[in-house]
Amino acid sequence: MSDSNTTSNPTNAGTGQFPAGPPQGKLPPSGGSAVHAVTNVGGQFSAGPPQGKLAPGGGSAVHAVTNVGGQFPAGPPQGKLAPAGGSAVHAVTNVGAKSIGDVILDVKNISLSFGGVNALNDISFDVREHEVRAIIGPNGAGKSSMLNCINGVYVPQQGTISFRGQTFKHMNSHQVATMGIARTFQNLALFKGMSVVDNIMTGRNLRIKSNIFLQALRIGPAQREEEAHREFVEHIVDFLEIQAYRKTPVGQLPYGLQKRVDLGRALAMEPQVLLLDEPMAGMNMEEKQDMSRFILDVNDEYGTTIVLIEHDMGVVMDISDRVVVLDYGKKIGDGTPRQVRENEEVISAYLGTSH
Amino acid sequence: MAFFIETLISGLMAGMLYSLVALGFVLIFKASGVFNFAQGAMVLFAALAMARFSEWIPAWLGLESKFLGNLIAFSMAAVVMFALAWLIERLVLRHLVNQEGVTLLMATLGITYFLDGLGQTIFGSNIYQIDVGMPKDPLFLFQDTFPGGILVSLEDVYAAIVAALLVGALSLFFQKTSTGRALRAVADDHQAAQSIGIKLSRIWVIVWFVAGITALVAGVIWGSKLGVQFSLSTIALRALPVIILGGLTSVPGAIIGGLIIGVGEKLSEVYLGPFVGGGIEIWFAYMLALVFLLFRPQGLFGEKIIDRV
Repeated sequence: MSDSNTTSNPTNAGTGQFPAGPPQGKLPPSGGSAVHAVTNVGGQFSAGPPQGKLAPGGGSAVHAVTNVGGQFPAGPPQGKLAPAGGSAVHAVTNVGAKSIGDVILDVKNISLSFGGVNALNDISFDVREHEVRAIIGPNGAGKSSMLNCINGVYVPQQGTISFRGQTFKHMNSHQVATMGIARTFQNLALFKGMSVVDNIMTGRNLRIKSNIFLQALRIGPAQREEEAHREFVEHIVDFLEIQAYRKTPVGQLPYGLQKRVDLGRALAMEPQVLLLDEPMAGMNMEEKQDMSRFILDVNDEYGTTIVLIEHDMGVVMDISDRVVVLDYGKKIGDGTPRQVRENEEVISAYLGTSH
Repeated sequence: MAFFIETLISGLMAGMLYSLVALGFVLIFKASGVFNFAQGAMVLFAALAMARFSEWIPAWLGLESKFLGNLIAFSMAAVVMFALAWLIERLVLRHLVNQEGVTLLMATLGITYFLDGLGQTIFGSNIYQIDVGMPKDPLFLFQDTFPGGILVSLEDVYAAIVAALLVGALSLFFQKTSTGRALRAVADDHQAAQSIGIKLSRIWVIVWFVAGITALVAGVIWGSKLGVQFSLSTIALRALPVIILGGLTSVPGAIIGGLIIGVGEKLSEVYLGPFVGGGIEIWFAYMLALVFLLFRPQGLFGEKIIDRV
């Protein structure tokens, strides 16, 4: 967390009436009188390592930070959960507003074709930090192809993708994961034989640093590290409200819950950018609402940037900050939900002409 | 009664070796979906390497200690198996990602013949001894209960202990380490595994190496009992019924399946053999496998294949 958030305004939480807010000097230019209320439960606040991420450290303190009605200042990942090797579990809540940061992911002139079929045609758009960015379009518009390009599954014939200013001609999945981009799948791709907890635990894989022999024998630091990761996973399980199914092999869970586990596994990577490929496909209304809530909570609480593909227009318009519209591999619209909704081309291509 | 128990024990010992070979199959199949026909050839190759290194190394280094010589030879053979795993990934598997299972099976058939040839070119084609200093003395147990006691070869007992240790180490590796988790993840879904940052190429090298080590252990045990010779390569065929019985994806299945087949072979040979003219040992396992294919195609512990419509 950044300095401004550590400043405690214990009273007046959430009313928005608190006059001065935290010391102005410390607030990055995020415009407006943010009210920060930091409730620090159960331990001292560690203004930890790099870039104000919440600290790991040797201890096992549990921090719960609630930032009610405040604005997250722009800048590096805010309220991110502990980086590798940590053993502390932090719960960060930033209820209310959020602020959109700089461009984190920049897609430029991407063209992708399979044989003679142009799946993507000169697509450019950017994704800003902390925002919920949706990619919509009719079937076959190239949405999943776009996601797969970002994720490194497909290599586009033309164009570049930059992540935090670093430009990549093409990425591979492993690299992408290492950089902090996680994804979920349209058609469930879970490890069916493993339990819910183990599935989510695999998301921690890149972060486990202990020597393999120490791990096997559960000795010393390896044991502590394992416990810390387990604790983190339990936190995600609580968050996604799947406590009851912790030990169930995921193959036996109903579809909606499997979708949650898929999300949980991606969250376990503590991604900076989360790619969601039709997170609500095939769900009923109630499940869609739950999933929307989780997505928004992730975005709010962890400040995770979210790129999602979705068919359900209602949902997209409700939860996203900005929307890209694709049709036949071309970009036909880009902007806020309102702008997109009023875009003639989009209306005729996707929403249907009004009568 | 004593004779029955002796037969049972000798069956268990043979079964344990089948288990080790079957284990190699299962490990590779689980992690990469490849039915590795070359597992038998790997056993032969590893055993040849071990046999020859344990002969050459003391001569090169002028070592007196047999234990040290064997230890170095074993390590060298392990390094060879690692190099083999790495080469197979680099030269074969990497180019066949996402191909049909049959294509991969054919590739491993190719590897089988290549290894058979290469092994004999490098290490020679005679029958070699592996002498890891296992005691050859017979052991008589329960002499009070049974007249004459039960004859157990001490060598078999040691072999069983080694095999058990290996299996224990493997299960620790699979259940408790992040790499083990990654292996299981890859076994379930390649694409999802990649998305969480697991490198397929690395996993494949690891799993082929682990299968190589089980092949090495099986080869050493077998070789020190019966000598290392070309016929060791066909041990893969003996392990096939074991996998069908135990289930292609189950590690415990491979172990228990191996033991059942080992015991079944010996008992049927001794007790049924006289009635049907003997030689049951050779085909018993395959018959058993056939029965399983008819009534329980997923094996004892395999995952049941359910197709949702």
